[in-house]
Amino acid sequence: MKTIYVDNNATTKVDERVFEAMLPYFKESYGNPSSMHSFGGDIAAHITRAREQVAALINAEPEEMVFTSCGTESDSTAIWATLEAYPEKKHIITSRVEHPAIKNLFEHLSKKGYTVSFVPVDKKGNLDLDYLYEQLSPETAIVSIMWANNETGVIYPVGEIAAAVREQGVVFHTDAVQAPGKLKVDVKHTPVDMLSLSGHKIHAPKGVGVLYIKKGTKFSPFLIGGHQEHGRRGGTENVASLVGLGKAAELAGEQLADAPQKVAALRDKLEKNLLERIPNSMVNGDPLHRLPNTTNISYEYVEGEAILLMMNELGICASSGSACTSGSLEPSHVLRAMGVPFTAAHGSIRYSLSHYNTEEEIDYIIEHTPPIIKRLREMSPFWSQRKAS
Amino acid sequence: MWEYTDKVKDHFINPRNVGFIDDFDGLGEVGSLACGDALKLTFKLNDEGKISDAKFQTFGCASAIASSSALTEMIKGMTLDEAAQVTNDDIAKFLGGLPKEKMHCSVLGRDALEHAIANYRGETVEEKEGEIVCECFGITNLEIERAVKESGLTTVEDVTDYVKAGGGCGNCHGRIGEIIKAVSSESITERQKMESLTNIQKIKLIEETLDREVKPALNKDGGDIELVDFNDGTVFVKLHGTCSNCASSQLTLKNYVETKIKDLVSPELVVEEVAQ
Repeated sequence: MKTIYVDNNATTKVDERVFEAMLPYFKESYGNPSSMHSFGGDIAAHITRAREQVAALINAEPEEMVFTSCGTESDSTAIWATLEAYPEKKHIITSRVEHPAIKNLFEHLSKKGYTVSFVPVDKKGNLDLDYLYEQLSPETAIVSIMWANNETGVIYPVGEIAAAVREQGVVFHTDAVQAPGKLKVDVKHTPVDMLSLSGHKIHAPKGVGVLYIKKGTKFSPFLIGGHQEHGRRGGTENVASLVGLGKAAELAGEQLADAPQKVAALRDKLEKNLLERIPNSMVNGDPLHRLPNTTNISYEYVEGEAILLMMNELGICASSGSACTSGSLEPSHVLRAMGVPFTAAHGSIRYSLSHYNTEEEIDYIIEHTPPIIKRLREMSPFWSQRKAS
Repeated sequence: MWEYTDKVKDHFINPRNVGFIDDFDGLGEVGSLACGDALKLTFKLNDEGKISDAKFQTFGCASAIASSSALTEMIKGMTLDEAAQVTNDDIAKFLGGLPKEKMHCSVLGRDALEHAIANYRGETVEEKEGEIVCECFGITNLEIERAVKESGLTTVEDVTDYVKAGGGCGNCHGRIGEIIKAVSSESITERQKMESLTNIQKIKLIEETLDREVKPALNKDGGDIELVDFNDGTVFVKLHGTCSNCASSQLTLKNYVETKIKDLVSPELVVEEVAQ
């Protein structure tokens, strides 16, 4: 059975060219870049190259990039480093719709003596900026707002927020793991202090991330150890993955000119057809401010896990905001923050495409989804009640 | 992704007995859209008073659909008295087991069956009495007590897996813990008073308490405990694994093990560690 992968906000396929670029570092070039001998020391040049490639993707300076092990480590590093730099400030701000890497960290901090302001969103998932700005005070240590939402694809006005936050002398961090390769990310024009990236969202392997730290930002390391990353992150470099990430960043930058539009066209075709062919279905999020690859559709009166497993039988891979997929019993906190009713939240499916998807794959999903929903609705007591009334 | 058995997958992909019996003899409806799963069960009786047909409509995940399908297969041919004996564990067993986090799906099936039988007999199921403990899912103390007793649950997590209580905001975790404690001490005091027991009976009771209440918690951290002797109100134990060289083992012994033994067996008892 062919796999049709439309779950690219969860993780992506490693690009062949990325894979090829990594191979030497698993085999002959296994040296430690910190070594005095050239067998190891020469490898440092390849890391420098990777650093330049990733910096170029977001228009940063190479020395502003700190390599990490994942997006979550980048997020945690940014937050803890800032709190340590401003120990007297006990107030922090984030949104209600962050990825667990930020959400759970802020909830943890709320139990550790920090006051946390969670910025609410409206029905389309857009932030209440007035609320955010009202919360800013001399007590505020950091504001962390994601660049784009992983579940709905909604894009936040990070440039505007960053400018307003920094004007108050407060550090601004953004979890931007969903943005690069889909949107232009330019830190020279978006005045963020810190920005998190993740390799496996842009066709590099899992287990590698980056934290951009703007020159002049107060910082103390989260992982304390060796002198690697100029003393900002200890630990021997994951050379192969860093090289892979560099290559993936280069490719993401190159394809930015045309791939996002192509992906958006496929996404729009998928969305339009599913909405037309399936009654009681609706899009979650703001179609006007959205990642080009993402659509989040709710099918009322059916449950997401059941839909996903039926799709799985056909080789289609997507994800859901239903409670049953998380094991938490509560549906997606993102959809609930947007006020999506339970009737719709439990039956939400996120399709996240990539430039690897083809029109045939989209047609296959369009053809096979309506019978799945129909079948599950025929089993659902609520659907028969609704039809009867 | 959940680890479902082939039988769960089969009953999900090819569910048996989907539908609604218009001239039903019994109808049970449980769950809600907000909770994420709901089940409507109908059955028909034949002249011998046995269930000749059963149908279901379910909104929910794969294991909810599979549990419903399994239930209808199980109860066909049963008398109502037999059907009333079906427990959620029976449903889970029929399916070759369910992931722990999905046990509430089998509870949903059992509840629907109970409602359907009560509906036929013209009774009402009295589960809604009692006080709400879990506000998020509207679960009462009586429902929690029943699950703790019937399925031998020992932790708040277990309770959440079986009846969902505590799965939302988490504010009720303390209260659920108290219910578990009350039920387990009740089950022990129900048995016999410590004073009236022979030494052998006392040892058996202490052993049971250690096995049920203490060992699982120590095992979680890679430790273990063994009952070595019992003499004149003193329980002698040996600590094993990580517990044996843990700096806080004395604290564990006094604050945890002894407290449990005092609470659940007799307040007179003290616990001592035997030298290794």
